Amino acid sequence: MNAEYLLKSENISKTFPGVKALTNVDFCLRKGEIHSLMGENGAGKSTLIKVLTGVYEKEEGKIYLRDQQINPRSAEEAQKLGISTVYQEVNLCENLSVAENIFIGREPKKKGVIDWKKMYQKAELLLKEKLNIEIDVKQMLSSYSTAIQQMVAIARAVDISSGVLILDEPTSSLDNNEVKKLFEVMRNLKRNGMGIVFVSHFLDQVFEITDRITVLRNGQLIGEYKTNELSRTELVSKMIGREWADTPETGQKKIVKKERNDFLRTNRLEKKGTINPINLSIRKGELLGLAGLLGSGRTEVAKLLFGIDSSDEGVLVIDNEQIKSMNPKLAIGKGLAFCPEDRKVEGIVGELTIRENIMLALQTKKGIFNYISMKEQKEIAQKYIDLLNIKTPSMEQKIENLSGGNQQKVILARWLATNPKLLILDEPTRGIDVGSKAEIRKLILNLAAEGMSILFISAELEEMVGCCDRVVILRDRYQIGELEGDQMTVSNIMEMIAEGAGVS
Amino acid sequence: MKQIINSFIQAKIFWPLVALLFLLLINFILIPGFFQIEVNNGHLFGSLIDILNRVIPLLVIAIGMTLVIAKEGIDISVGSVLAITAAAAAALLESTSVPIALIFAIVIGLICGLWNGLLIAYFEIQPMIATLILMTVGRGIAQLITGGQILTINNEAYGYIGKGFLLGLPFAIYIGLAVFGIILFLKKKTALGLFLESIGSNMASSKFAGVQPKKIILIVYMVSGICAAIAGILVSSNVSSADANNAGLWIELDAILAVVIGGTSMRGGRFYLGGTVIGALFIQTLSTTIYSMGIRPEITMVIKAIVVISVCLLQSEEFRKLIKKPKMKQKVSEA
Repeated sequence: MNAEYLLKSENISKTFPGVKALTNVDFCLRKGEIHSLMGENGAGKSTLIKVLTGVYEKEEGKIYLRDQQINPRSAEEAQKLGISTVYQEVNLCENLSVAENIFIGREPKKKGVIDWKKMYQKAELLLKEKLNIEIDVKQMLSSYSTAIQQMVAIARAVDISSGVLILDEPTSSLDNNEVKKLFEVMRNLKRNGMGIVFVSHFLDQVFEITDRITVLRNGQLIGEYKTNELSRTELVSKMIGREWADTPETGQKKIVKKERNDFLRTNRLEKKGTINPINLSIRKGELLGLAGLLGSGRTEVAKLLFGIDSSDEGVLVIDNEQIKSMNPKLAIGKGLAFCPEDRKVEGIVGELTIRENIMLALQTKKGIFNYISMKEQKEIAQKYIDLLNIKTPSMEQKIENLSGGNQQKVILARWLATNPKLLILDEPTRGIDVGSKAEIRKLILNLAAEGMSILFISAELEEMVGCCDRVVILRDRYQIGELEGDQMTVSNIMEMIAEGAGVS
Repeated sequence: MKQIINSFIQAKIFWPLVALLFLLLINFILIPGFFQIEVNNGHLFGSLIDILNRVIPLLVIAIGMTLVIAKEGIDISVGSVLAITAAAAAALLESTSVPIALIFAIVIGLICGLWNGLLIAYFEIQPMIATLILMTVGRGIAQLITGGQILTINNEAYGYIGKGFLLGLPFAIYIGLAVFGIILFLKKKTALGLFLESIGSNMASSKFAGVQPKKIILIVYMVSGICAAIAGILVSSNVSSADANNAGLWIELDAILAVVIGGTSMRGGRFYLGGTVIGALFIQTLSTTIYSMGIRPEITMVIKAIVVISVCLLQSEEFRKLIKKPKMKQKVSEA
């Protein structure tokens, strides 16, 4: 064996009920490199990481850390060995302070009592030196944005790690500046000889930061490549195993098909402290985009329309009927559907089966006593499993067992089953693989072509420009403008978002 | 075939069922005539019938409790509600007819459930605290109704509910079956089951899907209240009296235990009505066994505790893993 290997795994196999998640996968991380693990959802990236970090027990294969065979059986054990991980969803305690989150389980002590002063100092120092951010570490974690929370998770991992750092989708909730900052940190760590496994769906980022790429597909190893010797098209075709043109939108969006009538209209709708007055109108069959940075109020608008949060001023009109106070059940009744941003917390009902997850919204629309018969349920579930190409051995599987992209499809199925007139999609393609992304985009375009109105929220501006008829732009919780037709380009949107933002 | 057996062993109901059968086996060996059923006067008598008859109040309450626990809640006021309804029924019987007394008792149970549900759903008080209020106050209310006395009931029609026989079996058994049937119907033939399991599993997602958790929570606690009222009627009818202090004392704990033994998790989500029935039968059989074996009352509770711990451990997957492969655990070779 070679000493330059930090972490090496051979022949790893792992099976879940009904799914062979990994088959004889080799993976090898060298000293001082950033190595990306690429693959579609369900390719086995997350599973491999969880095996390497002891969360799952492998069935076959060996793992070596610096030539020593290891067999971590819990995340804690892996951590002790020096492998630390930051997962896709931030796994921290929101109700503890930043410092507590960083040092939980290994708090500096003085005479058996936690030395708070030292802990705060160390936390501040760590964040400043390694991540170059200065925040009040005594504040509760929940008082910070997702981005900061992510940074805290990374800080904690870096502090624990002794050589191997695994970042699973660390950038999915960061904006460009924050990503830049993170990359600086990563490069710095790399220079110090650390090996970093970087999992991301953003191809740009992968090509920017990584040295090597290992590609997985359907639980099997496709190969390991040097990043600078691999083209984008090659990578994508290796990941999805079919020829792939570089542009995701093959059939460009259809040209003007909208009717004159507004399906939904708001007039100075607002919720104080959350979103300032907005005037929106969505025509029937229109694909309206809502663009803005993280925290600009995109999600808040969606929540207001769907009645998750209630507005305190302004008017909401749907189908020429003024809605006094909105709630989700009423919204569903009016033909609205809402695919929320946070799939794990607000989307899936983990313990229930795929069928039950699909039926949930349609059943609430029909009411508690108008129970949909089992036969009908199975038909509906099967229809959408086929239509959306949801990969599962059975509709009676717990939704928890599916990969992120497939979970997202189940949530889409839940809403399509209600036959909505307006579908609100909040980051529907976030954190899912290229193949599913393209499928979902295609589906969105088709739905709009069939006359469904869609409110589309995404952080990927190319995606927005590619799909939408019109884009409304938000900044700092204000509606600041709107672009349409030829004006609607990525650079114009960016300019609008950036305008004046730099003043403060 | 092997797959069917396997999936049966995996089923939540398997271990409680095994425990129940094991308990019956012990009885078969140690207590002569345990399985004997005599026909006397057209009625069936025997230890088994006795267990079935006595378990009904616990069973009815446990079924209500199953729904509450499925919603990640708890209702520790059921014993007190039982006492209130028993007292109210007894007091009303002194002046009104049986049907009116029954209706009033049920309505009182419903109001108690509504109270709990309002506190929990709309004022967002933690279920343990919210129901603790009624648990504490309830016995006082019951005492106010009885005037501090034990009210005796001299009414044949009312007595039939808890003591009568129908087609050879105690009438109470039919009530138990009816409650089980109705709740099973609600679970399988309305969306209540789906909504309840959805809320218990992930409240936020359920809200986003249009489920109205407040409404469901209210329903669930009202059902629990009605179940407690039915149990109150059964108990008071069976002993022909209403004792504000002792009727249904600690029954909430047995009910929670029955639910948990039956495989429903205290963390909410999936619930198993069949499991709860087995759980309740197990607890009642255990009590009967302990008494009929002549175990000293001082150590009765200890025996009960040991048996319950064993069953709970058997149900725990972690524990089963431990006894299956105790030698697999080897130290990791550290770097």
